[in-house]
Amino acid sequence: MLNLNSRRLARAAISIAKHFSTRNYYTSMCRAGYSRTTPNHYDCLQPSFQQSSLFNLYKGAMFKKHNFLSTTTSNNTAEDGSEEIETISVTFVDKDGEEKLIKVPIGMSMLEAAHENDIELEGACEGSLACSTCHVIVMDVEYYNKLEDPTDEENDMLDLAFGLCETSRLGCQVIATRELDGVRLALPAATRNFAVDGYVPKPH
Amino acid sequence: MLKRRIFQSRRWLCRSFSSIIHSEPVRVCVVGSGPAGCYTAEKMLKASQQAQVDIIDRLPTPFGLVRSGVAPDHPETKIVVNQFSRVAQHERCSFFGNVTLGSNVSLAELRKLYHVVVLAYGAESDRSLGIPGENLKGILSAREFVWWYNGHPDGRNLDPDLKSIDTAVILGQGNVALDVARILLRPTTELATTDIASHALSTLEESSIRVVYLVGRRGPAQAACTAKELREVLGIKNLDVSIQESDLHLTPTDEEELKSNRIHRRIFELLSKAATSRPIHAGLNQRQLRFVFFRKPDSFQESKDSTGHVSGVLFEKTVLKGVGPGKQIAVGTGEFEDLKCGMVLKSIGYKSVPVDGLPFDHKKGIVPNDKGRVLSDTSDTAVLEEGLYVCGWLKRGPTGIVATNLYCAEETVCISPFSIHIIPITVKLTEVANHTVFMFASEFLKLSLS
Repeated sequence: MLNLNSRRLARAAISIAKHFSTRNYYTSMCRAGYSRTTPNHYDCLQPSFQQSSLFNLYKGAMFKKHNFLSTTTSNNTAEDGSEEIETISVTFVDKDGEEKLIKVPIGMSMLEAAHENDIELEGACEGSLACSTCHVIVMDVEYYNKLEDPTDEENDMLDLAFGLCETSRLGCQVIATRELDGVRLALPAATRNFAVDGYVPKPH
Repeated sequence: MLKRRIFQSRRWLCRSFSSIIHSEPVRVCVVGSGPAGCYTAEKMLKASQQAQVDIIDRLPTPFGLVRSGVAPDHPETKIVVNQFSRVAQHERCSFFGNVTLGSNVSLAELRKLYHVVVLAYGAESDRSLGIPGENLKGILSAREFVWWYNGHPDGRNLDPDLKSIDTAVILGQGNVALDVARILLRPTTELATTDIASHALSTLEESSIRVVYLVGRRGPAQAACTAKELREVLGIKNLDVSIQESDLHLTPTDEEELKSNRIHRRIFELLSKAATSRPIHAGLNQRQLRFVFFRKPDSFQESKDSTGHVSGVLFEKTVLKGVGPGKQIAVGTGEFEDLKCGMVLKSIGYKSVPVDGLPFDHKKGIVPNDKGRVLSDTSDTAVLEEGLYVCGWLKRGPTGIVATNLYCAEETVCISPFSIHIIPITVKLTEVANHTVFMFASEFLKLSLS
């Protein structure tokens, strides 16, 4: 019994650490801008997303200690009493109709959450608003309306998304909030629609 | 009870037997390491534990147009190389640079060495206009210019002369045309912090180009660019953008087209806003971008000093004519006008290059294929070429973005090798195995139960 709880604690600690490390990665990507940290493109390749999360964990611990401690909420909606992060339930429905229910910490983007739960959501530009591969369809209009309107930049990328619908959003721009608890997100079917011409199929 | 035991043991034996059968690796060669090649390799590796993928590229460095086509001031678009690097680092994947299909190795040799060959080498040539004067000096394809500023090995000797001219004409209004215009007009202090090739940066720093024309055959409702790129070019510092308001007049067909097409509608709105909101105050040395619509290039004019250099372009004015639902083409009106310039950049589309032994559709500029499976020719009686597939621009033509190849690769991989090659072989073997196992298991169980 004791073993089980300590294992759960360890798992929870790791997921918290991962959550903050990946969040730092995204924030630094979006705010600082890629170009300032990029050396000559031909000289070296950027560290991969997963590899740098450890580095950012270290960086996060060094420079943002206050973040690490202060954003933990005291409200506990998780069944497991040892977890300190508030999470919401999100269901991903893949193109074959298979559903996967996951817990997403508040403040995490749907793209990050998908990657952490091995859901096949592409993220070619890793959340920089430079592609449309993390396109998700919000299945219920009520949840879609709870989201903030997409920015011009997001709309520019949505223009190019395949299987675009009225309730389409980019997964990297949908951030988990309390009011999104229970949201269902569909992964668009890979259609043979290769023309970048704004063809909009009917939502399904 | 006996039947269930036989079934269970048969299933267990079959699984272990078939894992021996399946351990024969399926060797796949992907020609080209751009988005099409890398996405194909990734999906192949995921689709089968037996796939061993070799990616070859004629350059020593991978990633194709992500490295040599994406503009240097668009680094976010290049982030996808992280994903592609992980694919190449996969234990069942290898990358071989500096291997050219057609000279270092032939297609026939590859087809002998590998179970499956996927051609994803894109389009490295240009469509030509076929009008007089196309060979004059100072007329370049946008593709060569992009290679030059991106440091592509084949572009390093381009050496465009930007010092003795003040006007450039770009034919085409797609994203490549906008990229080229932006690189010519952007303040070089901003370009200096990007990964633009240093030889290009020093040439651009000495550039005397002040006016760039972006010329399209049709109107603003048909412009082929996308919103992000247009917004970016309209927002360049100290740039005076001019669009003639008369060009913004929409025909009823235009309005129909815009209603059903989100991309074109947003482009049109951006262009309309730019036309009406920019006050024209040409400050000293201020750079200008002029959008010109409804002009078809008729011929190139040679400079009077007979150096063989271009000095201008003669255009024929056009009007739109409907040729089908939602499709209008430009037809000449017989009225002409010219634009004086010192450089012309043709951005009218790329074209693929065929190799020996590869069926090719010269009209469409692609390899004839059925959802990625190569066909022997372009006729109705064409047969499928075994073990040969295409993906990317070589399959669909030179359109689309990086992500377009994601779906293209999925189609090619799904339709392909693993459903064609492995199943027939393994079905036969597993049938035999099944039968053998069943006989063995039933005998064994009969003995043990008796």
